[in-house]
Amino acid sequence: MRFIWSKITHLLLVVLAVTMLTFVMTDRLPADIAAEIAGHGASAAELAEVRERLGLNRPVLLRYATWIGGVCRGEFGKSLITEQPVSTALRSHLPVTLELLALSQLFALLLALPAGIISAWRSGSPLDRVTGTFAFGCASLPNYALAMGLVFLFALKLKLLPATGYTPLNAGIGANLKGFLLPALSIALVEWVTLMRVLRSDLIATLKEDFILLARCKGLPTWRILLVHALRPSCITFITVLGMQTASLIGGAVIIETVFALPGIGRLLVTAIFAQDFPVIQGGVLLITVSYVCINFLVDLCYAALDPRVRTGVTDG
Amino acid sequence: MGKSKANPPKSPFQKGGLQLAPPFTKGGLGGISFYAAITWLILVLFCAASVGLWPFPFTVDQIDAEHFAALPGGAHLLGTDATGRDIVARLLFGARVSLTVGICAPLFGLGVGLLLGMPSGLYRGWTERTIMTLADVILAFPGLVFLLVFTSVLGPSLTTITLGLGLLISPRFVRVARANTIRFSEREFIQAARIGGAGDISIMLREILPNILGPLMAYTLVVAGFVIVAEGGLGFLGLSVPSPTPSWGGMIAAGRDVLEQTPPVAMIPTAVMFLTVLSINVIGDRLRGRYDRA
Amino acid sequence: MTGPDQDLLVVGGLTVQLQTEQGPIRPVDSVSFTLEKGKTLAIVGESGSGKSMLCRAILGLVPARGNIRFDGRDTGKLTGREMNRIRGRDIGVVLQDPLSSLNPVMTISDQIIEPMRIHLGITRREGVERALYLLCSVGIPRPEERLGCYPHQLSGGMRQRVAIAIALACEPKLLIADEPTTALDVTVQAEILTLLARLQMERKMAIILVSHDLGVVAGCANNIAVMYAGRIVEQAPAAELFRRMRMPYTRALFDAIPRIEDPPQRRLPNIPDLPPNFAALPPGCRFAPRCPRAGERCRTEEPALVCDEDRNHRYACWFPV
Repeated sequence: MRFIWSKITHLLLVVLAVTMLTFVMTDRLPADIAAEIAGHGASAAELAEVRERLGLNRPVLLRYATWIGGVCRGEFGKSLITEQPVSTALRSHLPVTLELLALSQLFALLLALPAGIISAWRSGSPLDRVTGTFAFGCASLPNYALAMGLVFLFALKLKLLPATGYTPLNAGIGANLKGFLLPALSIALVEWVTLMRVLRSDLIATLKEDFILLARCKGLPTWRILLVHALRPSCITFITVLGMQTASLIGGAVIIETVFALPGIGRLLVTAIFAQDFPVIQGGVLLITVSYVCINFLVDLCYAALDPRVRTGVTDG
Repeated sequence: MGKSKANPPKSPFQKGGLQLAPPFTKGGLGGISFYAAITWLILVLFCAASVGLWPFPFTVDQIDAEHFAALPGGAHLLGTDATGRDIVARLLFGARVSLTVGICAPLFGLGVGLLLGMPSGLYRGWTERTIMTLADVILAFPGLVFLLVFTSVLGPSLTTITLGLGLLISPRFVRVARANTIRFSEREFIQAARIGGAGDISIMLREILPNILGPLMAYTLVVAGFVIVAEGGLGFLGLSVPSPTPSWGGMIAAGRDVLEQTPPVAMIPTAVMFLTVLSINVIGDRLRGRYDRA
Repeated sequence: MTGPDQDLLVVGGLTVQLQTEQGPIRPVDSVSFTLEKGKTLAIVGESGSGKSMLCRAILGLVPARGNIRFDGRDTGKLTGREMNRIRGRDIGVVLQDPLSSLNPVMTISDQIIEPMRIHLGITRREGVERALYLLCSVGIPRPEERLGCYPHQLSGGMRQRVAIAIALACEPKLLIADEPTTALDVTVQAEILTLLARLQMERKMAIILVSHDLGVVAGCANNIAVMYAGRIVEQAPAAELFRRMRMPYTRALFDAIPRIEDPPQRRLPNIPDLPPNFAALPPGCRFAPRCPRAGERCRTEEPALVCDEDRNHRYACWFPV
């Protein structure tokens, strides 16, 4: 229990530090939001009035304290430009990001799990080498270049899928999924490599263990040995990497979102930074950091679920 | 996020939450690919370093009004981009940007990593807690926001981009350096040096540094590949080096506009970047395989 | 009482050849023996003499040449699925280290029930009942409390009892125990050996007991085969072997056992040097370089396994003791 509490305080500290850092950094952005809002050719007095109204002339730390106070009450402020509440903006962009994230991680898992298991089981075989070389190539390819290649092939040449654009879910699940296929694939084809290689190497180590020999002595079918006996003890690093990738995709898929014109959190943030829309930046950063922290926490919980030795605090040599 | 504590020590590749793929098994990539990789990198380095020194028919921003987005061949060996600029010239000069970022940012991270990672691994206690919390904050910080704000505030230039990427990746180096320092600080020769009266600084520089430099160099190569890709990504947001200085990422991004008519405009810089990153990965993998066996 | 229908396991000319970086090696080389139903065969030898590899070859887990007849069936002709069935149902296996041979992330009950569900097709509920019964019969107190435990929560002796319970789950005809006591404390060793003897009595199963310690097998084996560098160098009924050891290697193994009646400061005689490297075997008798009795012939010509009179005592030596 003490472990969990110290973990939680640590994570809270991280969230506070990140959001404060964002405040201090965005305060230095060169663009002047007040001039933007006041309109072209506004007088100095008008500018000052806008600054006063937005609270921009107050010290950074004071503004941060006000913001944190609002967050604690569940108020994230309003966009300076659209006047839309930040929570509404986030809520409308989050589903896109989540769908992209879920689909790409699904594809990555569908590639990495079988490839990792088979190449560990038959390590050193031609199949393992071919998979490994293919993976190595994938890992060296930027996902945006991959995205452009996929667009060229499937959208421009074969005309099977849309090149860009987002269709809301309520306009039909087929059209919606079609739009997400290429972006998710571009991310997955790069991400699966690390997952596969981590799984393969841990699985190879596990397959050398005595309990796998005993499982074979028990006359178990191969699939059962691999999936029931070997996979679970070999997943710790795999889960860690999966968690880190998922966390980084929440705000980090922005280039793919840009290439495919998907209105996700990443796009929202980039637009907000260019426009110096502080409340939106703050809200987005808060969302990303909290998700990062929560996913890390979940991964830690996964360790305990996967390995009973972690649960009881036993570490054997 | 301190998950190394709860994790039964299982894989050496998970050094405190960074995504390091385990090295390829021996024979997965043969000797030829290794030497091919070295040759390619030397070639790119040579071109980038010497491109201004020998006569070249085109400059990076010279517009050929008769050839917009031309296919390879003719006067322009690899064609021209959407605004009629020679692709070979831009590739050669773009190599400077990509390689500067790819070399300097990881080295910056390596420096920070050594500077903060070694003490936190050696002293433990509050030094370690402070430094690792700091590292966690940067790790949790949305990387893109950091880069965007950083480059917007200081103005996008090669220096700021390199510095921003370097700062962004330094916590990972801190973690690797710390993990390796801890691994060695419990070994007998450190104890022996301490008994021999060596101070902390001398232990760090003369005992720990030579031992952890190998694994860290291998990691530096992995990061170099990542950084070159990341710099290219900034090009898509218009945040890479300002025009007209070319960068490979910027060229790929610009090629998107003429993807349908002239795919080579995007494909050629992609291929060059791919080969470079692949070469770095091949060499890094070799290096890593060596240290993991040791 | 011997006869073909009494033989459970007949091994003839079994050879395992592996490819290594130093060239092909034969950790098991032309091994032949017969095991009767309900009897115990002990295989004794130093570490690296090929004992464990022999067990794996019998189980069909490494590719091997030669004949293996198990319970009247030629295992070389079986399909993978049939072989799996024999492995799990008819042959039980106990390995050396009970901690590493039990799956760390599965509960005791899951690991005991698993082979029964796969090979006997029983339900989970039945499985739990039988697991309780099995844990009782291997001498685990309060078995119902142990069912949900993980291996790391048990003591070493307890783990080995669980491992035995897993091996016995499908009522095998043969139990292969590969150094079952080596990783355990001395007091626990005796308990486990007694347990194995009792279970054999109750269940009339045959046992192949692998050990590096001639003293461990002395009390419970009907037959003893001594292995050296992949070959059986001496084989005899236990009483006969202890009455008269013909092969100098067996003698040396026997002399290396500490005895209670020894004076306190006695130096245990040891066998000089290490067992030979499989990739560079000596040309003649494989034991010759370490043998005190070796003559010129031993270094050039390999002795065959010969029978001594008609007492089932076989040995391979030019100058037997």
